[in-house]
Amino acid sequence: MSEQELISPTSADELVDAVNSAIASGKAINVTGSGTKSAIGNNVDAHVQISTSKLSGVSEYIHSELVMTAKSGTPVSKVQKELAKNNQMLAFEPADYSKLLGTKGKQTIGGVFATNMSGSRRLSAGAARDALLGVKFVNGKGELIKSGGKVMKNVTGLDLVKLLAGSWGTLGIMSEVTFKVLPRPEVMKTILIKGLSDADASKAMALAMGQSTEVSSAAHLPETISSTFLDGAFKDQPVTALRLEGLKESVDDREKRLVKALSEYSDISVIETDQSALLWQEIADVKPFCGTDTIVWKVSVAPSLGHQLVAKLRHVTDVDAFYDWQGGLVWISLKSGHHASELRQAIKELGGGHATLIRGSDDARSDVDVFEPQTLPVAALSARIKAQIDPKNIFNPGRMSLNDDVMNKTAV
Amino acid sequence: MTEIIKFLEPNAQIISRRPSIIAGLAEILPDDCLITDERELVPFETDAFIAYRRLPLAVVLPETTEQVAEVVKYCHENDVPIVPRGAGTSLAGGAIPQEDAIVIGLSKMNQILDVDLANRCAVVQAGVTNIAISQETDSEGFFYAPDPSSQLACTIGGNIGMNSGGAHCLKYGVTTNNLLGLKMVMFDGTVIDLGGKALDMPGYDLLGLLCGSEGQMGIITEATVKLLAKPEGAKPVLFGFDSPEDAGQCVKDVIGAGIIPVAIEYMDKPAIEICEAFANAGYPMDVEALLIVEVEGSEAEMDAMLAKIIDVAKKHNVKTIKESQSAFEAALIWKGRKSAFGATGRIADYMCMDGTVPLSQLAFVLEGTAKIIEKYGLRVANVFHAGDGNMHPLILFNMNDPEESIKAEQAGMDILRLCVDAGGCLTGEHGVGIEKRDLMTHQYTKEDLDQQMAVRAAFDPKWLFNPSKVFPLEVREDA
Ligand SMILES: Cc1cc2nc3c(=O)[nH]c(=O)nc-3n(C[C@H](O)[C@H](O)[C@H](O)COP(=O)(O)OP(=O)(O)OC[C@H]3O[C@@H](n4cnc5c(N)ncnc54)[C@H](O)[C@@H]3O)c2cc1C
Repeated sequence: MSEQELISPTSADELVDAVNSAIASGKAINVTGSGTKSAIGNNVDAHVQISTSKLSGVSEYIHSELVMTAKSGTPVSKVQKELAKNNQMLAFEPADYSKLLGTKGKQTIGGVFATNMSGSRRLSAGAARDALLGVKFVNGKGELIKSGGKVMKNVTGLDLVKLLAGSWGTLGIMSEVTFKVLPRPEVMKTILIKGLSDADASKAMALAMGQSTEVSSAAHLPETISSTFLDGAFKDQPVTALRLEGLKESVDDREKRLVKALSEYSDISVIETDQSALLWQEIADVKPFCGTDTIVWKVSVAPSLGHQLVAKLRHVTDVDAFYDWQGGLVWISLKSGHHASELRQAIKELGGGHATLIRGSDDARSDVDVFEPQTLPVAALSARIKAQIDPKNIFNPGRMSLNDDVMNKTAV
Repeated sequence: MTEIIKFLEPNAQIISRRPSIIAGLAEILPDDCLITDERELVPFETDAFIAYRRLPLAVVLPETTEQVAEVVKYCHENDVPIVPRGAGTSLAGGAIPQEDAIVIGLSKMNQILDVDLANRCAVVQAGVTNIAISQETDSEGFFYAPDPSSQLACTIGGNIGMNSGGAHCLKYGVTTNNLLGLKMVMFDGTVIDLGGKALDMPGYDLLGLLCGSEGQMGIITEATVKLLAKPEGAKPVLFGFDSPEDAGQCVKDVIGAGIIPVAIEYMDKPAIEICEAFANAGYPMDVEALLIVEVEGSEAEMDAMLAKIIDVAKKHNVKTIKESQSAFEAALIWKGRKSAFGATGRIADYMCMDGTVPLSQLAFVLEGTAKIIEKYGLRVANVFHAGDGNMHPLILFNMNDPEESIKAEQAGMDILRLCVDAGGCLTGEHGVGIEKRDLMTHQYTKEDLDQQMAVRAAFDPKWLFNPSKVFPLEVREDA
């Protein structure tokens, strides 16, 4: 990669200027927040790096409206601190893989939305993209564009907000984001079922999610990795975890009903708020695979298929895995080789989903598509959309797909 | 009625080709899927924005995705505009045809293809009605959450087209938050599949982009939607207030206190009178403003939440509190609310506005609305989703009185501008259609709109899908 000039604008105007001068000189831009996710996605061959890290600060926060507006480079930790003062939170639980990836720096709120990375509560409360109400971004013509707004319901015009969420900086640079926040639950409890196989856990989680008890998160931690949680408290037993949150009276009541519904399972216990918070934090941090150097895939499939995917893959290679989102999010760790094609083939055979390489050596990253390749018509459509927002392909070229050429060729 | 809003000038060249276009479509479709007789076209000439009517060239009602694809391909090759249509309940004129277009109606594609309870989702054809999904899964204890008041009639395709909401969206979100996948026919007849049963899709969030795209990007033929477990119980509670300010403040403080009920609906006095006369729901008649607050869960949970809400309401001088005592009473309360538009239609013609404002602005905008209505010498009933600030003033008027019709349209536009100026937006759930099209420049800059139109062009390079809608005609030249 060539040496990149670093620009850190301190205002939306400066950001517009920076993008315009890159356009004028035909320079590709590596778009970054504080760089905590630079190890994910394909490397970007760019001449300049524009970082949002100096576009920082909460611009507007009306807690009684459950809405906050912040400049895109505001650290997530700062956002969360402000929210905590009013007992509020980001319901989607921004995922932070810096422990897994061994990266430093504070991830920015813009980076979280740009990558649409959500944690365990995504199962019930929606993803980052569901919380995002409005954005301001600079497009590839150097214009500051507004989409969405600061109200909860808004169908005025095309929803470019969703398009920007999860675009990994390939469509534009967000200068400001407005998002929905929610009250923090009064209490949190986690029901633990011990001793289930992956397949039985899948059934148990589906049963729990089918109850009227509003389970907010459901994870399964197989015996190979369960001892990495809560200081070894699970003693190598597989654990299925179901989270209940809300007003105290309500959680107590739902706990009773849920335990009753799960009466076919013998080993059931409950942990309270503090221990629960720790457990879900460790799941969010992908703790079992932290501090190792295996290849790590994040796979999204229909929840009931997660364990089947892992079983299939075990025919091919040694697999360590655990499940969040009721089985719909599978964390896979491979000791030898990336096995991208076998993994993706298995996903296809099971009926679809997608795999993202989250951790891998530079070799592995340049050898595979980090993101799931799209079908040709969808890839072509995506390329056309990119061309309509970033006509000169200056934002993060190649970050989302190694096959930019293919995409360009198929574009109409 | 006098028309303020212009459609695109019908293309005489296309209209002159009508016989050959009909012949072309007849080759693709079975006989009973093609409507060309003028009398039979009349039911398709408008939607629920009945002030405007246009007869289409023809209507096609395909039975399969392949047929849709062939029709779209034919239209693309022959430059024939297409207006997609679900049930035609759009309040914004989104499904109103134009003289040089064919309508593709999805009403025959009304099968539920797959109910997958382990993954809590259903795969349905686009013409399935909103309520059908909940009915199909009810006995198993599941439902589809977004519940527009038109849910008996409106289709999933239309819901996606408008990103529709409903009373219970305060807790469960709108269509875009409950959609997992879809199958869509693109401008050239290519069929794409997006998402599926996984919780999120790879690549750009095209599902999110397509929700609310108002039939401008392609024809949706199938959708995978989320199902949720039904709550243990649900209870609507009526809170009556002597002033709109008190009711508005109460809403803001309930949410501000961290309490998110399933629904908070607002009715003013005229709306209460209209709905009570229709449904006999037992609404209090001696109050100026009424909130229907729904809590759900077990008895213990509902009681706990209700106690907190009552505490807040008392601080705002609540005058009456009435809990529904039975499932029957609860159903009546919702029947009254969900029939509000229909019941209003019995006493006058109405135009329904849909601006959304920050909660702190509710009382201010209600007051401003009253002033605007007074200025034009009209009447208004307010009945809306207060919890998320989504206002629905129903402007009452007589459509046969041309002067009053124009006043009603102008009053509506003034109200929507007020919503935008108060920090909100033109439309919370009904969509832009033609109705609010020319106000788009009040909310967005030229650059904002150009960017949206550029993205639209990635889906529809010839602008054949629903071309008269959403984007003001005067900002289009260089798009
Ligand atoms: C009495 C009444 C109450 C209502 N209450 C609510 C409410 O509470 N909340 C709410 O959000 N709305 C409400 N509406 C508005 C309306 O019902 C919704 O906008 C609904 O989603 C429209 O669905 P439809 O099937 O009738 O679509 P149509 O009106 O036929 O079409 C709506 C739009 O979607 C496009 N479209 C339709 N099908 C497809 C498809 N398959 N592929 C691509 N584009 C398509 C059309 O071109 C059009 O632009 C109400 C309407 C009425 C009349």
